[in-house]
Amino acid sequence: MTTILTYPFKNLPAASKWALRFSIRPLSCSSQLRAAPAVQTKTKKTLAKPNIRNVVVVDGVRTPFLLSGTSYKDLMPHDLARAALTGLLHRTSVPKEVVDYIIFGTVIQEVKTSNVAREAALGAGFSDKTPAHTVTMACISANQAMTTGVGLIASGQCDVIVAGGVELMSDIPIRHSRKMRKLMLDLNKAKSMGQRLSLISKFRFNFLAPELPAVAEFSTNETMGHSADRLAAAFAVSRLEQDEYALRSHSLAKKAQDEGLLSDVVPFKVPGKDTVTKDNGIRPSSLEQMAKLKPAFIKPYGTVTAANSSFLTDGASAVLIMAEEKALAMGYKPKAYLRDFMYVSQDPKDQLLLGPTYATPKVLEKAGLTINDIDAFEFHEAFSGQILANFKAMDSDWFAENYMSRKTKVGLPPLEKFNNWGGSLSLGHPFGATGCRLVMAAANRLRKEGGQYGLVAACAAGGQGHAMIVEAYPK
Amino acid sequence: MVACRAIGILSRFSAFRILRSRGYICRNFTGSSALLTRTHINYGVKGDVAVVRINSPNSKVNTLSKELHSEFSEVMNEIWASDQIRSAVLISSKPGCFIAGADINMLAACKTLQEVTQLSQEAQRIVEKLEKSTKPIVAAINGSCLGGGLEVGVPAALDMMLTGRSIRADRAKKMGLVDQLVEPLGPGLKPPEERTMEYLEEVAITFAKGLADKKISPKRDKGLVETFYFTELTAYAMTIPFVRQQVYKKVEEKVRKQTKGLYPAPLKIIDVVKTGIEQGSDAGYLSESQKFGELVMTKESKALMGLYHGQVLCKKNKFGAPQKDVKHLAILGAGLMGAGIAQVSVDKGLKTILKDATLTALDRGQQQVFKGLNDKVKKKALTSFERDSIFSNLTGQLDYQGFEKADMVIEAVFEDLSLKHRVLKEVEAVIPDHCIFASNTSALPISEIAAVSKRPEKVIGMHYFSPVDKMQLLEIITTEKTSKDTSASAVAVGLKQGKVIIVVKDGPGFYTTRCLAPMMSEVIRILQEGVDPKKLDSLTTSFGFPVGAATLVDEVGVDVAKHVAEDLGKVFGERFGGGNPELLTQMVSKGFLGRKSGKGFYIYQEGVKRKDLNSDMDSILASLKLPPKSEVSSDEDIQFRLVTRFVNEAVMCLQEGILATPAEGDIGAVFGLGFPPCLGGPFRFVDLYGAQKTVDRLKKYEAAYGKQFTPCQLLADHANSPNKKFYQ
Repeated sequence: MTTILTYPFKNLPAASKWALRFSIRPLSCSSQLRAAPAVQTKTKKTLAKPNIRNVVVVDGVRTPFLLSGTSYKDLMPHDLARAALTGLLHRTSVPKEVVDYIIFGTVIQEVKTSNVAREAALGAGFSDKTPAHTVTMACISANQAMTTGVGLIASGQCDVIVAGGVELMSDIPIRHSRKMRKLMLDLNKAKSMGQRLSLISKFRFNFLAPELPAVAEFSTNETMGHSADRLAAAFAVSRLEQDEYALRSHSLAKKAQDEGLLSDVVPFKVPGKDTVTKDNGIRPSSLEQMAKLKPAFIKPYGTVTAANSSFLTDGASAVLIMAEEKALAMGYKPKAYLRDFMYVSQDPKDQLLLGPTYATPKVLEKAGLTINDIDAFEFHEAFSGQILANFKAMDSDWFAENYMSRKTKVGLPPLEKFNNWGGSLSLGHPFGATGCRLVMAAANRLRKEGGQYGLVAACAAGGQGHAMIVEAYPK
Repeated sequence: MVACRAIGILSRFSAFRILRSRGYICRNFTGSSALLTRTHINYGVKGDVAVVRINSPNSKVNTLSKELHSEFSEVMNEIWASDQIRSAVLISSKPGCFIAGADINMLAACKTLQEVTQLSQEAQRIVEKLEKSTKPIVAAINGSCLGGGLEVGVPAALDMMLTGRSIRADRAKKMGLVDQLVEPLGPGLKPPEERTMEYLEEVAITFAKGLADKKISPKRDKGLVETFYFTELTAYAMTIPFVRQQVYKKVEEKVRKQTKGLYPAPLKIIDVVKTGIEQGSDAGYLSESQKFGELVMTKESKALMGLYHGQVLCKKNKFGAPQKDVKHLAILGAGLMGAGIAQVSVDKGLKTILKDATLTALDRGQQQVFKGLNDKVKKKALTSFERDSIFSNLTGQLDYQGFEKADMVIEAVFEDLSLKHRVLKEVEAVIPDHCIFASNTSALPISEIAAVSKRPEKVIGMHYFSPVDKMQLLEIITTEKTSKDTSASAVAVGLKQGKVIIVVKDGPGFYTTRCLAPMMSEVIRILQEGVDPKKLDSLTTSFGFPVGAATLVDEVGVDVAKHVAEDLGKVFGERFGGGNPELLTQMVSKGFLGRKSGKGFYIYQEGVKRKDLNSDMDSILASLKLPPKSEVSSDEDIQFRLVTRFVNEAVMCLQEGILATPAEGDIGAVFGLGFPPCLGGPFRFVDLYGAQKTVDRLKKYEAAYGKQFTPCQLLADHANSPNKKFYQ
């Protein structure tokens, strides 16, 4: 069935590819119709809860995720976010006046557009009567944007929400040093020439040393890669295992890209540049090539390298979330339900990246499911070592007993259901935007591969984590 | 005798080190009887790498004992002889400790200089062999690696040799003491400590293999002496003999200034290094083993070893575990002491309330705690985040809110009995039944404070020393009525705060203040006799006191000294006389309260290090001038007048049962009052200097001044029977 479906895509000339993207929805709908019996045979209960409104994701899009410093490098974050929003408008044809609220996630903020959601929405043609706010929760910022929307709908405050995320790592706010800032601010207030001169006389050349935002924990001062390397060592994850996993991610992403499965990607005409149609970080290599790289963080004996880590990425994503009855009333065929979700947090020093291990059992228990009920796993891949350490933790009774107060282990996600279309290692990881990509990948995979439940999970700086159940929308 | 006092921790890092040392220093190893089964060392072979694991049985730390040494040399010989093995890793099986240093008991067991010299020589041989090993050896170190352990693992730098300072691992890497650092791991599939050791071993094995295969080169071209003291440019200068002589001279001068010639070890170390550099390493080694032998036999060595044992003793809770752990602490009074106690409590994770009566006083106290923590951030001992998180354990308040949850209240209000009575009554109205009331007082008898208590069994004295975060001693005072569980709790809290604890019986001035008071009285008399405060300070510091006597009065506070002198003077009468307390009274009335008021015997200014004499004191001193008695006024006599009064009073405290053991008396005097550590404390002093000689001194001064110098009965007994010693 897959071959039949993907066949026409494969043979499309590249230039017209983007134009035909919009036909994906009807096509995939029909596939879902055919797949429906397979889903039904499982006859699982649905996770609808009495007296709580069902929340559905109608559809979602993202800009192509690019290595930072490439085609998006001259943009501002709200430009990218706007591209995702216009893409969503285009894809769903949602009338802009029905959108009640817009929420975006972002991590490294451009101070000029600190509420990037609002700036992007204004430019994207949404109504100026639709309020917007921006949230931040490190790598799970977009997840937070979506679950905030879920909360607003479930509590009856809103019916239609646009949630998304954006990150532009090509440009980061490099600041003057605190001393320099203080001097400049004091100069502003100085009234007389004498005051000004006496302030200027305090200037020292080291004031000019810039302050860079670090991808390091504020609390521990440890960079995330360093922590990932220690985590991998704590779980005895070898360099080879990490390289193998990274290779798997790139190979699967390449395959998905070639087969046109990454249907959430919308083309983006970058001002002054060519239209960008696909992710550019997918680079399947060989184990031999990867083995040559030197460790990037713990030198010279660490195991985390540039090849088995996610790379700095520019990108934006957006999803349309509605109350189920509203979506149906508007004639939409939603893609999936957004069900139970869970946020967790733990020690930011030694368990920084173990969020998925902690969040998974909790969200499953909340939903009354087991790990065997999940048909599509979509986990955020920050580092190969992080994913594999989480696997080992989830597969360990000892860890479950000693650190999670559980009697038995969480259980290992079967690899054949895990990140089948690539992950953050290969597709890229724009911090604020990854969450929506995970949800759309889970929803699209459920439709494509058949199955009822998807599990989205991610770790985030600060030692936090998130997991959410995505349920396929029945036909 | 660095190894004796420095059982420290090499911080949170693990480190490892490729041996290729050029150090000249090695000490205290030994080897004689070969044992059949190995109990201290075992080794396994992984591929072509031998992993040698050090594990002293029945001990928390690995020490360099005879057995360890002989097994070690056996094992190393096997490794060198084996064709299979191409490199080796040395690692400890104890997380947190590589080798802490020489076994002090082993050294103490040596009767003669020759024995020690022999021990040292045999140790040198093995270290020399390690250095010259044809097979690469990687030392994987996690935790304390000191003294001889440092020599096994790393060669020592001059500064470390001289001061015995502990060095954090990241700093050790910068200095080139270690080649690589391995940071500790968090939770994984095994307990973190266990996995960290495994990981350290894995990494070390990779390095050992790499070295054997010549894939990794031990890049360390600068010798330690060079890297540490000199830049590359001056390293060249060191090849010129004249420059070297100048350097030795400078270092020697500095050491002499710091040690006042009271500690023989640093100078001998310089000698040894000099011999090694000038006459070659063989001469250096020979000189080292001889000098080491000489040092172990010195009085200073005995005194410091005694202090080490005493300190170990005072780090135990002889009352056992308390019924209820103290988790919530409340402190009354946010002054210097109260805030200091709060600081050492919050950084150990105790939830602490700091209460004062006014917002100004409370602000000052909270700022003191913050500053104390922030200074650690500046020294990189804490991160700013850890500081904030520790500081959040502190609640500053003006009322008694939250006292209903307190497990212990420590009052540090002004030394005034009626005030203490008032707060005791106020506090007892709000605290739960199990809560302990501890009084931080330096002289007021605890039983008098407890007199107004509804539950005197819960009242105890906890006498801290200022500055609380620096002074290690805590004197705990029990009354007749104090329950055993209350004592257990107080000791447990003190230990948690990192204190060395002596437990004494209640009485005026307890032990420490009581010993100090007669000495202070003598200080006043000496000043009245026209000795200038600077001269007095230099006499006392050259005797081994860390702080000069006049400066000490300024530091303690003249008003406090006056209070104590008056209170104890009333109780003990003439025996505590000597100086005229009028001197202190006049100083207080003029506002010369010491450092805290900016003026005392000296003038103190913010940011000014130099201390000038307070010239306004001249008129006060002139008005109270006494004629000096020439027969007892030589420099040495002045020093001994101070020390013998101190020692006599200490022995009397033991005689009266205030002190339970001489060891506690020595620890209290050295750690709380700055009694010269090289003398080992008043009791060790009597043993080493001789009871008879001490009594002779006292009698000489008694003839000049009277009762204040009359030797107490116990001291006289010791003088009469030369076999009697405080330490057998």
